[in-house]
Amino acid sequence: MRVVRLSAAAFLLLLGSTRVPALPAAEQVRVASKAFTESVVLAEMVVHLARDAGYAASHVEGLGGTRLCWEALLADRIDVYPEYTGTMCQEIFAGQEVAEEKALRERLAKLGLKTTRPLGFNNTYALGMKKELAEELGIETIGDLREHPNLSLRFSNEFMQRSDGWPSLSRRYRLPHENVRGLEHALAYEALDKGVIQVTDLYATDAKIAKLALRRLADDLSHFPKYDAVYVYRAELETRAPRLVKALRRLEGSIDADAMIRMNARVEIDGARETRVAADFLEKNLAIEAAVPPRSVARKVARYTIEHLRMVAVSLAAAMLAAVPLGILAARKDALAQTILGVVGIIQTIPAIALLVLLIRPVGYFSDELGYPQAVVALFLYSLLPIVRNTYTGLHGISPQLRESAIALGLPPLARLWRVELPLASRTILAGIKTAAVINVGFATLGGFIGAGGYGEPIFTGIRLNDYATILQGAVPAALLALLVQGVFELAERRIVPRGIRLRPAE
Amino acid sequence: MLELTGVSKQFGQKQAVHPTDLSIAPKRTTVLIGPSGCGKSTLLRLMIGLIRPDTGHVRLDGETLDPAESITFRHRMGYVIQEGGLFPHLTARGNVTLLPRFLRWDAARCEARVTQLTELTQFPADGLDRFPAELSGGQRQRVGLMRALMLDPEVLLLDEPLGALDPMIRSALQGDLRGIFQTLEKTVVMVTHDLAEAAYFGDTIVLLREGRIVQQGTLQALVDSPAEAFVADFVSSQRSLLDALAGDMK
Repeated sequence: MRVVRLSAAAFLLLLGSTRVPALPAAEQVRVASKAFTESVVLAEMVVHLARDAGYAASHVEGLGGTRLCWEALLADRIDVYPEYTGTMCQEIFAGQEVAEEKALRERLAKLGLKTTRPLGFNNTYALGMKKELAEELGIETIGDLREHPNLSLRFSNEFMQRSDGWPSLSRRYRLPHENVRGLEHALAYEALDKGVIQVTDLYATDAKIAKLALRRLADDLSHFPKYDAVYVYRAELETRAPRLVKALRRLEGSIDADAMIRMNARVEIDGARETRVAADFLEKNLAIEAAVPPRSVARKVARYTIEHLRMVAVSLAAAMLAAVPLGILAARKDALAQTILGVVGIIQTIPAIALLVLLIRPVGYFSDELGYPQAVVALFLYSLLPIVRNTYTGLHGISPQLRESAIALGLPPLARLWRVELPLASRTILAGIKTAAVINVGFATLGGFIGAGGYGEPIFTGIRLNDYATILQGAVPAALLALLVQGVFELAERRIVPRGIRLRPAE
Repeated sequence: MLELTGVSKQFGQKQAVHPTDLSIAPKRTTVLIGPSGCGKSTLLRLMIGLIRPDTGHVRLDGETLDPAESITFRHRMGYVIQEGGLFPHLTARGNVTLLPRFLRWDAARCEARVTQLTELTQFPADGLDRFPAELSGGQRQRVGLMRALMLDPEVLLLDEPLGALDPMIRSALQGDLRGIFQTLEKTVVMVTHDLAEAAYFGDTIVLLREGRIVQQGTLQALVDSPAEAFVADFVSSQRSLLDALAGDMK
């Protein structure tokens, strides 16, 4: 049948054009950053330093939170990313009594990892609220919050769960607040400014502290450990890219808190690009010339479009090849139908971000790229349900008379399927594929969370920077693409669904 | 020759067909008739292997039909149902040539056979490229018949082929069909619930009731010497209305 033939052709075409990721070359340095400005700036410094030292460098920008970066590093998907000592001691090695730097180094060495010495600033956690409100309520320390149990507190999801985060902080300070929930950090500032919430977690080098006139509440019980910024990298980088490791050492102790706050502010308040800010710092302090490619919105959107289309097309083509046969199987074998529909239905209920994160390791065994393959697999899994269900429904809905006519005619089962049943079900099957495609276009934006590229990249960057223009660079084309896909499928329906089915019976 | 020996079929609790023996006379038309639910359609579907008998065998020229591998058997039988059972995604021509194309007949042979059959069934040639939805009920039935006859089968099985047609078209098609059967000299088995139609077509009429054959023979035999009271009742029920009306008119 045509649908299947087309999809097979499309899949092979895409397979051919998809670059097969090779093992990282000796000179290739893979950098990642977490999804906040400071991390991206520090990672961009590594990129510049690597290029200056004569290596090729790639940067998976804003790769979610600590877990994602850490897993990626352990799984050899990346070589280096900026991290904080406190995060490693309190979060990554929580409950393992890794208290000071020496113990940390030893623990990391066992995993084949190393760190630089501290870069020079301690980006510890803090709680913050609007200065005005803090003065009005007379709150100066975290302990003072105890007297105001009705405030609404919103913390980043990571802070809600870290061992040094809200659970232990509230115990330590005996904070009675009940209105406490997780909220994306970038959104918390806006909510704070508008007075929707009163308290959130801050980083010590947060650029927004001055911008939004926030007060950092004193940690009078010294609850938060030190969060010295370091680079954590795979030990073999010392042999693979020795000149880079040497260059990283030059950054040790060279970035103080003020310098970091200024850099964060340049990005988040003045709208400068992280790569530019990082380059300027290196030029000024290490006398390193770093090339910054010019910013071109059109070129960027074109790149996002290609990446996005590739994700959608590859995942959809693969889903068609898997889901149509599964739907046929379900329609043929009643005993299997419930199992097949049940399993693809359950996959659909896994939250998208959770699925993306869960896939990092298993998919990593098959591909050295990070982000794109995981996103494709997740999209593939999400596409199964609409296609399987519609294939099943379409085949199941064929009238017994027609089914029997084909049998009585003496066509063997495969010929019946190919020449009668699939064409009769083609409209329903195509509708399922269309649903999957449109959903895919939207879902693919979540790939930005793990650095898969596409329209999700500007959306997640924009959320992080609180920059609507950047968000729209992804959101608007994504919406247009969804409409376009819808239109293309409606045209395809006219070509693929036989005319005889689209006719109303003559009376 | 088509022969059923001890064939029975049960659907759930209902014995649709009790163990039944039946020989279908070659090159003649046999009509299965009876009230609804008497098992006449089931018997026909057993003959072409759409359903597997619980007991007994169906034999065609002495070979036993096995529903699991009955594809070649089915090529020796044509099967027509109400409305023709046409595939809506194929044109009339597409429906008629579906099987021969699958069997890799060359185009010329296909075309020649189609022309032959359009003449036989008096199907308008310009209708061949229309889809079933664009044809009238009578035309669809003719296409269904052409499709069944395409491979020139020995046996033609028809399940209420005229059931869904309005009376005028039905009567015209009845005449055409009988002409076709007489021309072709095929073994024909037809299911109907209408005694007049049965008598019009049938060399032999097989009357069924609740899954059993009650009597078989000519209409005359059914009228003159009914095997049991039910036969007389069935015959009189079907003729009473017209006879009563005819009586009034006299």
